[in-house]
Amino acid sequence: MAVTGYAQKSFGWAATDTSGVLSPLHFSRRENGSDDVTIKILYCGVCHSDLHSVKNDWGFTKYPIVPGHEIVGLVTKTGCDVQKFKVGDRVGVGVIVGSCKTCDICQQDLENYCPKVIFTYNSRDQDGTRTYGGYSDIVVVDQHFVLHIPDNLSSDACAPLLCAGITVYSPMKYYGMAEPGKHLGVAGLGGLGHVAVKFGKAFGLKVTVISTSQKKESEAINKLGADSFLVSTDPAQLKAAMGTMDFIIDTIAAVHSLAPLLDLLKMNGKLVTVGLPDKPLELPIFPLVLGRKLVGGSDIGGMKETQEMLDFCGKHNINADIELIHIDYINTAFERLAKSEVRYRFVIDVANSLARN
Amino acid sequence: MAKSPETEHPLKVVGWATRDASGVFSPFKFSRRATGEHDVQFKVLYCGVCHSDLHKAKNEWGNARYPLVPGHEIVGEVTEVGSKVEKVKVGDKVGVGCMVGSCRQCDQCTNDLENYCSKMILTYNAVYTDGTITYGGYSNLMVADEHFIVRWPDNFPLDAGAPLLCAGITTYSPLRYFGLDKPGMNIGVVGLGGLGHVAVKFAKAFGAKVTVISTSINKKKEAIEKLGADLFLVSRDPEEMKSAAGTLDGIIDTVSAHHPILPLLGSLKPHGKMVLVGVPEKPLELPAFPLLSGRKLIAGSGIGGMKETQEMIDFAAKHNILPDVEIIPVDYINTAMDRLAKSDVKYRFVIDIANSLKAE
Repeated sequence: MAVTGYAQKSFGWAATDTSGVLSPLHFSRRENGSDDVTIKILYCGVCHSDLHSVKNDWGFTKYPIVPGHEIVGLVTKTGCDVQKFKVGDRVGVGVIVGSCKTCDICQQDLENYCPKVIFTYNSRDQDGTRTYGGYSDIVVVDQHFVLHIPDNLSSDACAPLLCAGITVYSPMKYYGMAEPGKHLGVAGLGGLGHVAVKFGKAFGLKVTVISTSQKKESEAINKLGADSFLVSTDPAQLKAAMGTMDFIIDTIAAVHSLAPLLDLLKMNGKLVTVGLPDKPLELPIFPLVLGRKLVGGSDIGGMKETQEMLDFCGKHNINADIELIHIDYINTAFERLAKSEVRYRFVIDVANSLARN
Repeated sequence: MAKSPETEHPLKVVGWATRDASGVFSPFKFSRRATGEHDVQFKVLYCGVCHSDLHKAKNEWGNARYPLVPGHEIVGEVTEVGSKVEKVKVGDKVGVGCMVGSCRQCDQCTNDLENYCSKMILTYNAVYTDGTITYGGYSNLMVADEHFIVRWPDNFPLDAGAPLLCAGITTYSPLRYFGLDKPGMNIGVVGLGGLGHVAVKFAKAFGAKVTVISTSINKKKEAIEKLGADLFLVSRDPEEMKSAAGTLDGIIDTVSAHHPILPLLGSLKPHGKMVLVGVPEKPLELPAFPLLSGRKLIAGSGIGGMKETQEMIDFAAKHNILPDVEIIPVDYINTAMDRLAKSDVKYRFVIDIANSLKAE
């Protein structure tokens, strides 16, 4: 049942069952509170998590679901206690819109790991209602969870940074990958992977893309700036690259064995997995023990680090590579996304295509 | 005529070896090299029985060279030193652990991580730089390069201390490297055998609160009363594991059998670390969500470099950390292996070589 009866009318596209097909939905959002900003949405990135969620791949979707957590827009209202933003500011909203703000974890600027975290969509808000995401005209968000967008970034192309960007930036910092001269492998060249390549180059790393699709090689090298490309289904290429990488960011969303990736790592190498397959990964133990290697997880980042990531992108002029679409293309976009047929993120031109009926 | 183990080297040695994958041990005459200028020769006094010895004797890891003389928790008394040896002298007490050689030049070796050198030579069942097979400590004499000799602290028991040379470094190294050695931390130890019981002792010495996680409820009393563990959880009891959810800073998992890691991941705090030191043969299942949603990590660790092994022995001597051992004569070894396969030992067998293995 859609949330209605709140003060601000809202309109978006939602999935209503596990077919994952989206269609228009009228609903409403809360009145702009003292700490809130209301944002007119200009663009929203299409994250693979959106696709998983609308189809209930992970088993916790409540319908109707309005996805979208890579939101860029303009502030239209500010609450009386809002200091950070003014009307007209260009801002972003990512994966989270609330947390308890008082626990140890929140106090360390790690709101994303707070046990009471509230996600931008498909989550239970503080007033008990479901949250709705950025495939819609407006969003109302606590200022703490709203981000400044650096002036030089493009509104449409920076939207994916709000999830894909922080998802790879955070572990690259946390696991010590930002060391110039070291060798980073990026497994999977989609929304997450292509941003990881750009960040890797900005950190001064040598970057090798690891992919099943040979046809992605030319762009990986010539357009994204990767130093080399490895086809992971070719045993000879894997063997030649054994023990050469300091780090690997594994962005692959499908179930896969970690064995070939672990072999690519040097001793004491680190593999960080940021993809979320719906079944367990196969983890061989011998390579971990014999090489003191590790497999770590990471899940987006806190608000402070997300702003730091955006500022880093501003400094290095990093935008995502996108395909801009209208909202009524979304179902086709999801089908193409399921087949990895996008270079490398769809972004919905919300302001120019989401018309109220 | 090809040289036999007995004739390939000048120094006559007796030991006990397995001849095939049955893993049955019997006396074996062989030989070791003359003491080179960097070598230390010593009379073996005691040798710990590591579970790896059993795995290798039965060719469970597939690369056994028979006859196979295991043993890599070796302590003894120096009988001869090479002309360039500076570390020890005749009469000193020494130890040798899992390695007897490495390239000494690569990044790993120059960072005191010989155990991760791609050319690292194991104490037994490996090929030495002279092309001959290495034989381990189930024997009366050892010859090793001084770089791989550990100086034994004065007044530190040799019999009970021998297992530190593998079990000790295997658990000490990851506690240090992964930062799980800070006072007040909550550390879980999975499995209470040779590795596990030593992990409990080190973690307590570092000032941690220790939770033992085991399949056997009958290990609880000793874990708490004798080893000093603070808590004991039965790993197959979902309620007990749930009660510990999100409480541990780190886990040292010593279990070699295939086991589910999901409840263990669940017991870690966010940003917690699980380190595997046991080596299950088949891959484990790693669920992505719990790893990601708490930014947790799973790592492996295998023994430690020589510098750290010496540091660990000195630390153990200073804090009086000694494994709990059952001393056996060498001719008990077949029974000991049967019992070890059933985890029927508290917690390490140690062979009294000097008093039971006589040269003829």
